[in-house]
Amino acid sequence: MVRREVVGAHYGLRDWLAQRVTAVIMLVYTLLVLLALVLLPNFDYGHWHALWQLPLMRYATVLFVVALLFHAWIGVRNMFMDYIKDTGVRLTLYVVVILALIAYGAWAVQILWGE
Amino acid sequence: MAITTRQFDAVVVGAGGSGLRAALQLAEANLRVAVLSKVFPTRSHTVAAQGGVSASLGNEEEDNWHWHMYDTVKGSDYLGDQDAIEFMCRKANEVVIELEHFGMPFDRLDNGKIYQRPFGGHTSNYGERAVKRACAAADRTGHAMLHTLYQRNVRANTQFFVEWMALDLIRNQAGDVLGVVAMEMETGEVMILQAKATLLATGGAGRIYAASTNAFINTGDGLGMAARAGVALEDMEFWQFHPTGVAGAGVLITEGVRGEGGFLLNKNGERFMERYAPTVKDLASRDVVSRAMATEIKEGRGAGKDADHILLKLDHLGADVIDKRLPGIREIAKKFANVDPVKEPIPVVPTCHYMMGGIPTNMHGQVLAGHDGGAIVRGLYAAGECACVSVHGANRLGTNSLLDLLVFGKASGEQVVRDLASDSIAHQTLPKDAADRTLERLSRLDTAQSGESVAEVGAELRRTMQLHCGVFRFPDSLAEGVRKMNEVAQRAERLYVKDKSKVFNTARVEALELENLVEVAVSTMVSAHARQESRGAHDRSDFPNRDDANWMKHTFWYKEGNRLEYRAVNLKPLTVESFEPKARVY
Amino acid sequence: MRLSVYRYNPDVDAKPHMQDYDIALEPTDRMLLDALIRLKAVDDTFAFRRSCREGVCGSDAMNINGKNGLACITKVADLKEPVVIRPLPGLPVIRDLIVDMSQFFKQYHSVTPYVINDTPRPENERLQSPEDREELNGLYECILCACCSTSCPSFWWNPDKFVGPAGLLQAYRFIADTRDQATNERLDNLEDPYRLFRCHSIMNCVDVCPKGLNPTRAIGKIKDLLVKRTV
Repeated sequence: MVRREVVGAHYGLRDWLAQRVTAVIMLVYTLLVLLALVLLPNFDYGHWHALWQLPLMRYATVLFVVALLFHAWIGVRNMFMDYIKDTGVRLTLYVVVILALIAYGAWAVQILWGE
Repeated sequence: MAITTRQFDAVVVGAGGSGLRAALQLAEANLRVAVLSKVFPTRSHTVAAQGGVSASLGNEEEDNWHWHMYDTVKGSDYLGDQDAIEFMCRKANEVVIELEHFGMPFDRLDNGKIYQRPFGGHTSNYGERAVKRACAAADRTGHAMLHTLYQRNVRANTQFFVEWMALDLIRNQAGDVLGVVAMEMETGEVMILQAKATLLATGGAGRIYAASTNAFINTGDGLGMAARAGVALEDMEFWQFHPTGVAGAGVLITEGVRGEGGFLLNKNGERFMERYAPTVKDLASRDVVSRAMATEIKEGRGAGKDADHILLKLDHLGADVIDKRLPGIREIAKKFANVDPVKEPIPVVPTCHYMMGGIPTNMHGQVLAGHDGGAIVRGLYAAGECACVSVHGANRLGTNSLLDLLVFGKASGEQVVRDLASDSIAHQTLPKDAADRTLERLSRLDTAQSGESVAEVGAELRRTMQLHCGVFRFPDSLAEGVRKMNEVAQRAERLYVKDKSKVFNTARVEALELENLVEVAVSTMVSAHARQESRGAHDRSDFPNRDDANWMKHTFWYKEGNRLEYRAVNLKPLTVESFEPKARVY
Repeated sequence: MRLSVYRYNPDVDAKPHMQDYDIALEPTDRMLLDALIRLKAVDDTFAFRRSCREGVCGSDAMNINGKNGLACITKVADLKEPVVIRPLPGLPVIRDLIVDMSQFFKQYHSVTPYVINDTPRPENERLQSPEDREELNGLYECILCACCSTSCPSFWWNPDKFVGPAGLLQAYRFIADTRDQATNERLDNLEDPYRLFRCHSIMNCVDVCPKGLNPTRAIGKIKDLLVKRTV
């Protein structure tokens, strides 16, 4: 086959931006959790459990997890782009990582709303 | 022996300023052109030019090409041909504006026009005072220009043969040039590149001197090729010594430093140029300044513990001006002279810089067949430093070299286009023995088991030039120099390289380059010995004055028989009155 | 001076090896290039590129004691001995210190490295204010020596797809030029996860550039423009 360079995928910027935006979300969430911990009157199971009953905490955590998964996806894919040369292997790895990340997301939701 | 032949409309040898400018003309005319270069094009030595390119744009003060022409004629010490000089000075604005349109990053004035600075020998109103004529991109004008020209050639899809060395011209019985024999350095393969037009743009040969501002690649390959092919070399005794090479290192410090207001001091802190050139002082032309500096040093007023250099003071310009207009100079001074010019002066000495002579051409880049008459060598062209048009005569003005590259690069390109259009003949038949002489030279290097070392013979050549043919020239020393140089030439016939490999054999390349340097050095020494006067860069102790009655003529050196002939200077411009020779005062 | 030099000549060597040399220097030999020229006078089979010997042509880029640089402006006095000299990393070696730079130049050529302006040519120069011209400082001075690109891991892994710091610096040189009209096409050409976004801002390029240029900053400015045009 002719060795032809194909360029101009017209994405990359979105991911690069997303990586930065998700990083900010994670930072804000981390500060929120730290703040909650400091404000917790007593660090015991009761208070901890009550904290996670708050809708704000739950939805914030979901947002955080989504940001984390997206951030992780971009970072891991970047590494594959750097080091994995074979397109087939790279695509397989992408699929494996995406499935794993979706599973992690589902698991996180289950933890937050499950009993 | 079978040898691959490839056919082109035109072959350009060399990818510096003039080669690229010519190639652009050819590529844009849709000719099949091959541009050969020993180095990647942006590594050609045009890259090292610093101060500017002259054009009487008059962006900051009144200027016109008549004044520029006068300055160039006077700068040449009346050895320049006035028709060619008029042609160049009139074309200057056009080619510089064109270069700007190509994308050249010139510095700018507040009104958005190209920035211009004063330069040595450039004056307004026929010598009244220094004028701002040098169009500059900081102190990296050559770099900016070379890259711009290369970029424009990328746009024109010019075909480059990078790291190819041209070895010899091919001439047939009738004397026409039919192409070159060349070697691909990476593989060592030798090929014939057949062409209807062959343009030499191989640049200078400053490497004949031990102390030189020139790059290692400046070995006069085009001159060597021409000389071996029976073409004369013109005015080879005229070598410009740039006043300000870093003492000890040879690296160039632009005249733009003095253009911006820097000046030279001797060990007493005296601004001595006021004595030698009362009107323009440090901005006198280069031969005058270099001679003044050499005189100061000779008379014991040099600076340093060995009293062997002059100081270039520019700290009074202030860090802002230096960083804005001369950033490269600050970098060079720190690296090669261990001084920061914002605080201390730079130690400098006159250093071999430019070859005014070269392959004789008319102003269309066509190579002259000989010293008498205007007959040309069909199929052969030359432009740039390797050519002698002659616009620089006995001394070139600063910034006129970059102008020369643009004007005559373009003009020769245009001439090739015209010639190929009018006689769009098929390729002529190559002589059977086209590459024989070249292959013989190569096979001698490949088979020799002993002989002279390239490094040693080269060093002896450079030492001899430096000692016997410098700023000041003495009759006995020149005679001795001729004798020694003939010896060097004989030794160079027995060169030996240990490296016999085909792959990127730089030892072989250096041996072949040395053979070219020898032609340049011999022609220089012989021509200098014969010229019994002092004119421009050629200063004879036994003939301290210019002799217009007997020596208003160009020297033509022929390799065959080591013979000299002469040709009268053309004092008649194209359209204006002649500038009659008169005493040269700055 | 003690040198340990990478040697490989495909004509005679099965594989590359390091060769040690002791070179006697003269007092005038200040730069590493001077030492290499002494070396070549002793052993003419040693091959390397060089030309201007003042740091403007970009020929003699090599890896010196583990860091890319130009031999002609590297002072011998500053070097720890033995000085280990290798070819630029990440490019195919042709012979000794001479590498095949076609991939590097291919990337340079891929950014359409010339001013594009299809408006009729004015009689005089196209005007540009000193401030607009200043934008080109730190960009146009590049000498294409390849020190930066060959010190960039992203370029090592994807030399065919990642433009590399040198190419991107030049890409921005033409974007920044007020006379150029092809900014959008240039941004289109670069908006690609490989061509531009392999840069992870580790700044090896800035660290080694012999001309003190900052490709990372130029890359950042390209990204800024992409954001500006999208957001």
